[in-house]
Amino acid sequence: MFGFISRRLVMALVVMVVVALISFLLFRFVGDPVNQMVGIETTPEQREALRERLGLNDPIIVQFVRFIMGAMQFDFGNSYQFKQPVADLIGKRLPATLELSLVSAIFALVVGVPMGVYTGLNRHSPLSKFFLSVSLIGVSLPTFFIGILLIFVFSVTLQWLPSFGRGEVVEIGSWWTTGFLTLSGLKALILPAITLGLFQMTLIMRLIRAEMLEVIRTDYIKFARARGLPNRSINFIHALKNTMVPVITITGLQLGSIIAFAIITETVFQWPGMGLLFLQAVQNVDIPIMAAYLMLTAFIFVVINLAVDILYFVIDPRLRTERSGL
Amino acid sequence: MSILDIRGLSVEFPSRKDVFVAARDVNLSIEKGKILGVVGESGAGKSTVGNAVIGLLEAPGRIGTGEIHLDGQRIDNLPAKPMRALRGKRIGMIFQDPLTSLDPLQTVEFQLVETILEHLPVTKQEAQQRAIDLLDQVGIPNPSERVKQYPHQFSGGMRQRVVIALALCAEPEVVIADEPTTALDVSIQAQILELMKKLCTEKNVAMLVITHDMGVIADITDHVAVMYRGDLVEYGETAQVLGAPRHEYTKSLIAAVPRPDVKVERFPQVDYIEGSAKPFKQIDISTHWLGKARDYKAVDGPLLSVKDIDMRFLTKNAWIAKNRQYFQALKKVSFDIMPGETYGLVGESGSGKSTVARVITGLYDPSGGSVNFAGQELTNLRDKKQVLAMRRQMQMIFQDPFSSLNSRMRVRDIVAEPIKFHKLAATNAEAYGIVEDLLEHVGLGAAAGKKFPHEFSGGQRQRISIARALATRPRFLLCDEPTSALDVSIQAQILNLLKDLQEELGLTMLFISHDLAVIRQMCNRVGVMRYGELLEQNETDSLFENPQHPYTKELLSLMPSMELLSTEALAIA
Repeated sequence: MFGFISRRLVMALVVMVVVALISFLLFRFVGDPVNQMVGIETTPEQREALRERLGLNDPIIVQFVRFIMGAMQFDFGNSYQFKQPVADLIGKRLPATLELSLVSAIFALVVGVPMGVYTGLNRHSPLSKFFLSVSLIGVSLPTFFIGILLIFVFSVTLQWLPSFGRGEVVEIGSWWTTGFLTLSGLKALILPAITLGLFQMTLIMRLIRAEMLEVIRTDYIKFARARGLPNRSINFIHALKNTMVPVITITGLQLGSIIAFAIITETVFQWPGMGLLFLQAVQNVDIPIMAAYLMLTAFIFVVINLAVDILYFVIDPRLRTERSGL
Repeated sequence: MSILDIRGLSVEFPSRKDVFVAARDVNLSIEKGKILGVVGESGAGKSTVGNAVIGLLEAPGRIGTGEIHLDGQRIDNLPAKPMRALRGKRIGMIFQDPLTSLDPLQTVEFQLVETILEHLPVTKQEAQQRAIDLLDQVGIPNPSERVKQYPHQFSGGMRQRVVIALALCAEPEVVIADEPTTALDVSIQAQILELMKKLCTEKNVAMLVITHDMGVIADITDHVAVMYRGDLVEYGETAQVLGAPRHEYTKSLIAAVPRPDVKVERFPQVDYIEGSAKPFKQIDISTHWLGKARDYKAVDGPLLSVKDIDMRFLTKNAWIAKNRQYFQALKKVSFDIMPGETYGLVGESGSGKSTVARVITGLYDPSGGSVNFAGQELTNLRDKKQVLAMRRQMQMIFQDPFSSLNSRMRVRDIVAEPIKFHKLAATNAEAYGIVEDLLEHVGLGAAAGKKFPHEFSGGQRQRISIARALATRPRFLLCDEPTSALDVSIQAQILNLLKDLQEELGLTMLFISHDLAVIRQMCNRVGVMRYGELLEQNETDSLFENPQHPYTKELLSLMPSMELLSTEALAIA
């Protein structure tokens, strides 16, 4: 197992270096950064001085190494647009995105898993058919549409929940702000979390349902029945656990995309998270922010994949024996 | 006093159109400490009876009429809850495949303790102790350590022991064993059967053994019930039913069982089953395309000569050559096959017998040694044309008739494919004409060509495979377990067909099987394999009567005894 994980770590490192290269190349190919930073009146001499100060005249390799060294210390330079360090900007937005993603992931799992188990076990019940039809909506409607629909129903018509923003936030320490501790913060979380988690929820539900249908046909489930075990134990201990390996793979990847691609939901709800920041950066060609966002996203995916790989070992004892012999 | 009584049981499976009756008016009873065998071929309804007793009929199956009594109490009409309480506690069940009947993600201890706690009023510590005791009783060495392990850490035979321990958790009065040894090797099968017999007497359990294997029946049962298409056709003491069968079906079924002790020229056909064999077009092979143009050069000496074949597979790769690990699948295997001869390879799973076939056909490149076919060295054959010419002369028949035919092609295209590929016919029309004759000749009839494989039974599919193999006019056939997926009566037909074809076409055959009885009936000479080594080879009769290697002796001694079986029908045939 140790060997396996260290191999995975090496691969993760390679992925990060490649992503770093791509982010670095952004600077070179998405226009000249000096042109973005200065006004029209700047003289060629001033431009040259700025160029020299930013180190843009150094050989590419030196620049790349400098970029990587910086990235390792979360130093991506200053944003062109806000003239502030990128790390600070992202650090300020990160809590909002992470809280939103966490809540929507929990929503997707807590609702999706039981629905999947239920529809897998009671294939022909009317409730299962209802769940399946609802899940079609989750799969087929685009996120922004669901968000707007929810705002229309719950904010505009019923006026139960706020339509935008994070509500009141509480500062914890110097770098974390949370919406969990105030009523308005919690209320503000509900709609965006559902919007963001709905697709993942239906995906998890359908996946678990398909796996359950497969597993309950296996011999060990029949044998468990023949031993007179209660249904609860058969369904949740023996069947559900055996559906987990593919479910964890997909859920893990989905968690990554919830965090990384909350862009649309954050835009619809004007949620002050990283996604919104990224979208603004794209509109203003703010390359340092884009590069940092790219690196951060890649990092999140790599970490989640590693966690998923480790979870496999926890769940499936067959993998724990190092692949030896036949 | 019988503990389990089945009276007039019918099991029905209603479908949209009509009701399919899987078992009809079955009357059985078992006494404590006795073993009742239910024998029959696929579709006989024997598993249905077992499932009905334990209340696990698959939907939409239901008990139509009849009653099941357990120790005087009627159990077939119990509601779900008391029925579940009965399962495992008073009726235990053992399934066919030990590799799939245990939950792979839970330890053996967890599964045992969970079942014990469900049925017995004991504490967790007592349950853990009982789990260890049970493993000890079913003959698992070192039970206190092994109980902590996961199913995949046990071998197939050991897993079946764990399954038996699980079935015995709550000391049930009745145990139903559905094909308990079918998935196991002969030596393991013998051990498991002995264990079942022992537990039966020691614990005074009544056992219902469902099997298709006459050998198992003869070996362990006290009474036997023979089922045929849902009907109980014969029921009585094992010695009487097997020794002097009364019903026509039982007679023909027993006659079709290959014996290791008696050699027959042809297997008696179980006509009772397939109805009278349809008369099909007789083809004079000597003038037909199949027999003509067999312009192979006659060879002096062996047609196929395998010398010192080594085969190893990489199991752990490493950058440094000496750290690489290999699995040695074949070790210096050598044998010759004379023209017109049938050579048998016998061995248990993992012995390397199928690997030999793959090396000969060129699917694997051997790590060492040589394969010589008709004077031509095959291992270094690189010229495309020559390879094709070789392949045309060698054809293979596979074990599983369900996965070896492309289910999206019509039968006649499946059979015509090798003819077209090797350009053996000038036109398509000619090729299809040949296919029709081939299908006639293997006993399917030309009309079969327009159908798809799924419309055929296992035996018929195997005939299609044979027709396809013959389509290149080969002189060498490799049969890898060609009948092990088939029922006894169908197996007899297929083996007869192979024998006939060999005689007509002068085919040379390599016949691979784990079944010693089949080998005895089919082969002129036999090689015995274990762990990739060819331990012993000899003329079939001498090998069976006078085995030299200890392993051969052991294998022969482990075969279920067929002495009980009537030989009367053999004389008729």
